[in-house]
Amino acid sequence: MDISQVLFYALSAMALGSAIMVVISRNPVHSVLWLIITFFAISGHYILMNAQFLGIVNLIVYAGAIMVLFLFVIMLMNLNAETEPQKNKWLKLAGVVAGGCLLLVLVAALKQAEVKGKVAMLETGDIGLIRNLGKALFTDFVVPFEISSILFLSAMVGAVVIGKK
Amino acid sequence: MSSIPLTHILFVSTALFFIGVYGLFTRRNLITMLMAIELMLNSVNINFVAFNKYLYPHTLNGVFFSLFIITVAAAEAAVAIAIIINLYRNHRSIDVEDAQEMKY
Repeated sequence: MDISQVLFYALSAMALGSAIMVVISRNPVHSVLWLIITFFAISGHYILMNAQFLGIVNLIVYAGAIMVLFLFVIMLMNLNAETEPQKNKWLKLAGVVAGGCLLLVLVAALKQAEVKGKVAMLETGDIGLIRNLGKALFTDFVVPFEISSILFLSAMVGAVVIGKK
Repeated sequence: MSSIPLTHILFVSTALFFIGVYGLFTRRNLITMLMAIELMLNSVNINFVAFNKYLYPHTLNGVFFSLFIITVAAAEAAVAIAIIINLYRNHRSIDVEDAQEMKY
């Protein structure tokens, strides 16, 4: 039980606990705040798996930009625990059964998987650093990079057109 | 040397995915449903990064897949929030069961 294992299990517990709080808390603002904690834990996972740049991007884009947008819209619409639609008890039970059955099937399949013995050294390697990523992004992945810029342009135009009126 | 089995990471991401599925099934509020979708996208990202790290440690394909998933998720969130604001203007509610007619 060394330091990265302790970190991994602590981050996993944090991610799962705050993800459960996201789906069960009544107040949408609390949901967003718990989701931000989940994203911090997931960024910790990325950094533990040598994807440092991805961890930082996850923090900046998700916790920084998207969650602020969500929070802004929730406050704009003045949503709180009273305006939250009441959930049917049977609907909750159906959600637990459906999600739990799929989860059981996938976990059972994972236990049989061939990747069982694969372990990797976690501290070594700098392949996720921004230098290597930048080189690969502008040589091998330049076409999807440009396509994503077109996607952003069309998303921006679409959001403005829908939001206008 | 430290070692975390790959299956443990996959268990975490599977559990996160199905917490997201539960949220999508039970919440009736459009914004929290969108948050559940973001949770599912993030669990898939963990899978991509873990497979890249454990099975193909000398390539970067998984990291780039996650990067592009984050890109698409940002664009999706922007458009979805525009749609939600438009729906709220028309119906004064973002409960999915109130939006029974999309054209008027």
